Amino acid sequence: MTARRVVVTGLGPISAIGIGKIAFLEGLRNGVVGIDRISAFDPSGFRSQIAAEIKDFRCADYVPKNYRKSIKVMARDIELAVAGADQAVRDAGLVTKGINPDAPQVDPSRLGVNIGAGLICADLNELSYALAASVGDGKFSLAKWGKEGMNNLTPLWLLKYLPNMLACHVTIVHDAQAPSNTITCADASSQLAIGEAFRTIVRDCADICLCGGVESKLNLMGLLRQDLLGRLCRTHNDTPKTAVKPFDANREGSAIAEGGAVITLEDYECARKRNAKIYGELIGVGASFGTSDFIKPEEDGKAISMSIERALADAGVAATDVDLVVGFAVGTKEHDQAEAIAIHKVLGDVPVTSVKGQIGFNGAGSGAIDVVVALLAISEGFIPATINCENIDPACPVNVVRKQREAKVNVVVTLNYSLSGGQTGALVFKRYQG
Amino acid sequence: MKRRVVITGIGWITPLGLDIESAWRRLLAGDSAIDSTTLFDAKTFPTTFSAQVRNFDLEKALGGSCDLHKSASRNSSFAMAAAAQAWRAAGLDKIKELDRRTIGVYLGAGEGPLDFGSFVSVAVEAWDKQKNALNDPKWAELAYERMDYIREFEQDPNMPAAHVAKLFDLRGPNFNCLTACAASTQAIGEASEQIRRGDAEVMVSGGTHSMIHPFGVTGFNRLTALSTRNDDPKASSRPFDRNRDGFVLGEGAGIVILESEEFARARGANILAELAGYGSSADAYRITDIHESGRGGIAAMRQALSAAKVSIDDIDYISAHGTGTKENDKVETLAIKSVFGDRAYKVPVSSIKSMMGHLIAAAGAVEAITCILAIRDQVVPPTINYHDQDPECDLDYVPNAARKVKVKTCLSNSFGFGGQNDTVIIKTYHA
Repeated sequence: MTARRVVVTGLGPISAIGIGKIAFLEGLRNGVVGIDRISAFDPSGFRSQIAAEIKDFRCADYVPKNYRKSIKVMARDIELAVAGADQAVRDAGLVTKGINPDAPQVDPSRLGVNIGAGLICADLNELSYALAASVGDGKFSLAKWGKEGMNNLTPLWLLKYLPNMLACHVTIVHDAQAPSNTITCADASSQLAIGEAFRTIVRDCADICLCGGVESKLNLMGLLRQDLLGRLCRTHNDTPKTAVKPFDANREGSAIAEGGAVITLEDYECARKRNAKIYGELIGVGASFGTSDFIKPEEDGKAISMSIERALADAGVAATDVDLVVGFAVGTKEHDQAEAIAIHKVLGDVPVTSVKGQIGFNGAGSGAIDVVVALLAISEGFIPATINCENIDPACPVNVVRKQREAKVNVVVTLNYSLSGGQTGALVFKRYQG
Repeated sequence: MKRRVVITGIGWITPLGLDIESAWRRLLAGDSAIDSTTLFDAKTFPTTFSAQVRNFDLEKALGGSCDLHKSASRNSSFAMAAAAQAWRAAGLDKIKELDRRTIGVYLGAGEGPLDFGSFVSVAVEAWDKQKNALNDPKWAELAYERMDYIREFEQDPNMPAAHVAKLFDLRGPNFNCLTACAASTQAIGEASEQIRRGDAEVMVSGGTHSMIHPFGVTGFNRLTALSTRNDDPKASSRPFDRNRDGFVLGEGAGIVILESEEFARARGANILAELAGYGSSADAYRITDIHESGRGGIAAMRQALSAAKVSIDDIDYISAHGTGTKENDKVETLAIKSVFGDRAYKVPVSSIKSMMGHLIAAAGAVEAITCILAIRDQVVPPTINYHDQDPECDLDYVPNAARKVKVKTCLSNSFGFGGQNDTVIIKTYHA
């Protein structure tokens, strides 16, 4: 028996430059920058006050009527993931229970989910209200909290913040009963999740997997944590559109963001039988690990080059066959540089693009957006520009695509890595040829 | 043909002991590790007790200094200590030329504990009573003063797997999954699949977790998932008993060394057991409740049996998820009966959570290790505090005393909030 082949049949990007494939593609084509001054809360006490925020988002627009009351137990990350899955399912033309509760056409036992997630932040107003109600003698009293303060939290409080709830709500909405996993490898989560979903289909434990990753860093803790780590740009609070400059000599850090993507990964035979549109084929996965001290990369980006090499070997394609790399490059000094060195080592002067200048850095969701970019490059025949990369840093020895161009793209490599930790993954996508 | 996956090393840090043998002896003796919570002052909480890991010291556990790991969270520390035991037990420390690019890590680790004191003081002082909301700029000002970047990133659930990889310089695939209480069983299952596919030769796998902290207990107390038998902690965890009233929080880590059969045999490793099969499913029902038919657990068990190519008649012991909540134990019993038919009444089923509490993300890993030890010693641990039969839980739960039985093949279940179901099958290795 030959190995099962796995194709991508649906794209569900959720980002500051567009929700759903059509809007996202338009934003990408037009070089729209989604980074702006933060409006979700008052950022004036922070050193970095900008983010790629998803505005005018109403979760109810993406949730079946009979499930809408569950929205109140969804953290923002979960809402965005549920919307991403809705878009991925619709784009794939699948009729799940979430699309038509009366006549679903997908076998629930063959539909899996694998969505990467970050550390979800509690609703700080809800939590702080309860904490403030537990003050005695001018300061917080744990005794008072245990006796009464905690009762201010809704009984289901914990379930709003479990990372697996992104996937769980998606399994419930779409009646997906095959394996469901939640990869929590920080910024590397989504491509590791997509890689695992690929394995799940190949070993015949599912025919279709809704996979990817979603996170929202757009909250006080998300912003603080990234800024404490020195990862954010602090000098463009008045000029947010040019703040994030992947591979540019003058890059000064990233901007927090929210969103990610869910994609529909499908066994080729299953897709063929239902005449599904195919964006591309996932032909190789690779993963590795490396960090110097958990928050800095290895200078030569060793883990990244290893992941790319493994993904290429798994795919059975040569470095010279690669037409494009959708880089992770979030716009920090050290990480962009290490990544560039690693890409150059394995792939030489292959064109590299990064969309972080447009959509910022949204942790566990970032890698999934990059995968959508890769598939649009293949299916639409263009290479998006690395917005804000004006002067390529000589320390970043890569061929950065600075102007959008039409091109026939056959083979694309994507990669992601956790900036804190060191988990790393890469994927290889190919134009589908029978 | 698919590659076979074997287990060559085990290690754990548990409330019942900090090494395999001492904790195993106490499990067989039916000892309870449950007592008053001392990690924080829980006197006014609805639940005042838990199963804590006591007298743990990372330097001692690693047998030397560990500068690079000194800021590790409690979760990461437990994971490293358990991994060090497993690594040595597998004899990997004796191999001079080990290709560390082919060795990966796959954990089901939970989030590390919050920097509670700083977090709470910032929240309380930045609270604006008039507006009934946080004063965001004030919050930022205080947070910059009081919060520390190291304590923040060490909370990330990927950090235990990162620390373990760094400890042994492992360059293979590095994953963490967090599917609530099913996480480490899923991690072990997925790690075995990575080996079968050839993505790695060896995987250090398992889980680690501690939720014995104020917000952890708050979360479970608000869900009314925890036992509140505050007057008698040792009798509080009573899986399958008619008078069970919830689970008891435990903490710790369990780590197994998984290897491809070829790799293990080529290096002459002592093979403890075979990881024969893995099954995984989603209930796709509700985030709060298990589907009453047990369909998710049934699917996971059936897949695992089929993947392992063993029949229900081959199963000699079931390590139950058995949390001690009304719902879990009832539905798990029903699921076991659906899969096993009449055979269900003949297979011993026990829950070590009766003795060491529920290790949440790490529970499945310590239970998998229990299966390996049951195979080694031909004895199964009891379910303690079992006194009154619940008519809906009518299997043989190995009540109150360990039992000598022939054990060749074990099935271990883990289920998690949100409808996560994972099962692994562990059996005696035959070449």
